[in-house]
Amino acid sequence: MALTFHNRPALVAYFTCGDPDLATTREVAVAAIRAGAEVIELGVPFSDPVADGPVIQRASERALRQGVTLENVLQLGREIRRESKAGLIIFSYMNPVLRFGLSRFCSALQDCGIDGALITDLPIEEAGEYIRCMRARERATVFLAAPTSTDERLRLIGEASTGFVYAVSRTGVTGAQQRFPDDARKLVQRLRKFTKLPVAVGFGISTAEQFAGVGEFADAAVVGSALVATIERDPQRAATNVSEVVGKLMGNSTQYSVTSTQ
Amino acid sequence: MAALAELEQAYERARRDPKFHARLADLLHNYAGRPTPLFFAQRLTKHLGGAKIYLKREDLLHTGAHKINNCLGQGLLVERMGKHRVIAETGAGQHGVATATVCALLGFDCVVYMGTEDMRRQELNVFRMRLLGAEVRGVESGSRTLKDAINEAMRDWVTNVRTTHYLLGSVLGAHPYPTMVRDFHSVMGREAKAQIKKAEGRLPTAIVACVGGGSNAIGIFHEFLRDDSVHLVGVEAGGRGEGLGEHAARFHGGSPGVLQGTYSYVLQDEAGQIATTHSVSAGLDYPGVGPEHAWLRETGRAEYVSASDQEALEACGLLARMEGIIPALESSHAVAECLKRAPRMKKSDVLIVNISGRGDKDMGILREQIKENNL
Repeated sequence: MALTFHNRPALVAYFTCGDPDLATTREVAVAAIRAGAEVIELGVPFSDPVADGPVIQRASERALRQGVTLENVLQLGREIRRESKAGLIIFSYMNPVLRFGLSRFCSALQDCGIDGALITDLPIEEAGEYIRCMRARERATVFLAAPTSTDERLRLIGEASTGFVYAVSRTGVTGAQQRFPDDARKLVQRLRKFTKLPVAVGFGISTAEQFAGVGEFADAAVVGSALVATIERDPQRAATNVSEVVGKLMGNSTQYSVTSTQ
Repeated sequence: MAALAELEQAYERARRDPKFHARLADLLHNYAGRPTPLFFAQRLTKHLGGAKIYLKREDLLHTGAHKINNCLGQGLLVERMGKHRVIAETGAGQHGVATATVCALLGFDCVVYMGTEDMRRQELNVFRMRLLGAEVRGVESGSRTLKDAINEAMRDWVTNVRTTHYLLGSVLGAHPYPTMVRDFHSVMGREAKAQIKKAEGRLPTAIVACVGGGSNAIGIFHEFLRDDSVHLVGVEAGGRGEGLGEHAARFHGGSPGVLQGTYSYVLQDEAGQIATTHSVSAGLDYPGVGPEHAWLRETGRAEYVSASDQEALEACGLLARMEGIIPALESSHAVAECLKRAPRMKKSDVLIVNISGRGDKDMGILREQIKENNL
């Protein structure tokens, strides 16, 4: 179980599984790990990705045209686990998980060696059964904290989370951006009052400068759209390009690589 | 979540404030034209030879549909919350028009999201919204209809939540929307109850309404929920076939799922992807149904049936020729059920049909269909 962060910030890399196809996702995930990513978020494509901007929306549409399902993503996780000790998290909207069956989902995570999950549209208030299932199988429950979350909610999020807490950097949806607002730092400061878990900041991180900047106040940085866009630009050279992008992002801050413990 | 909590608080405070109710009642009466008539359809009753048919005329309300009841209520909440920007989703365009109308009335910036497929089939409403000062943004993703417009509206809301209110148009979404939207529409049922008691000295035997998201149906049902003798019937869009993607009958082909912040009956495939739907009426063309309807069905309080595109189109033409009322294609689904149900009822029975909107917006579609099918 490898949801620990060594680099500061550690890189959490998100990919929409099945874009352009499952084999490529496997290659890019492994490439990202070799280049320094410590946790991979395996994104399950969904018909109505309400929290996602245009880049991940398009990736989901392409993956859905391939007929990619939650089942495929779990299998992909199992395959990546065979090659790596990096952290693996399923990143999905609720409905595909509900349809699959909560208890069946938690068992599958354990079976495939996937460390945990983040269900985008599952608020903590509705997460009782999910948390029980995940705890029973010792899987990490990662939840989202937003700049608009009240202290009371941050407290509940802190209590419900295991593995790490995902702090959303701004009000908005996924997607790279130029400016990095103050919201992120303030949110992380507030969160630390309620949890000792590592905090990862995500949404909008695409440059080495932003990445290093996050390291000043958070334990990890989640990079999604920037990587998905890289794959979209040139699917044939996806693994090579992702490797390069990860390398540039992490710059001089890589002292640790998961591969060194394999 | 913070925005929802803020909205819930604002709504709770408003609900308890007599000034809010007075202002809303004033606008509903002097601006929107309430109360709407409950009209005894004599020719139709005679033609069908069964129950006495009464039509609740929401088509006579300002903007041409029931939607404005909710828009006025939420509009006043926006004022109380001190926000200045309002966004909305729209399917057929009636909710978009009602939102743009209320924003013009109260002085808010207005952006309406609409699927580009819907924009094509409801052109008149797109033009109306723009004339009213709203910005209409076409949504190209997904199926380019209502659910995609909702996705885009939600994305806007989470991005601009501090300045913006999301004026959701039906009894869907996260709490407090299903409750709040129902409450704002419940005036239809309260009026209908008083009106039918005056006209017939009794409660109706049955009430029929079309169900898209479910707002007009829940609005007319709500007042009668505790009157066990009143049979409540919701009519979904039967579209053009039984297969997934051919209709929007959630209770017929759907199952419990989570879509856009709501847990209710949803049309979906085995992998949990939300299905595309079809209905000749844009306003019923949505894969999820309001959670309160799911509950009413589960508890047996209401019955849910469907009418096909063809049945709805024919019912529209029949009501036009029999009573001189052209219903919206959405409402035509309720009329279609009435045509099936009334003849099976006793002559002493009373059937209320909610005419949720007028059919002006559907002239283009009606013209196409008449040409194709020789209606």
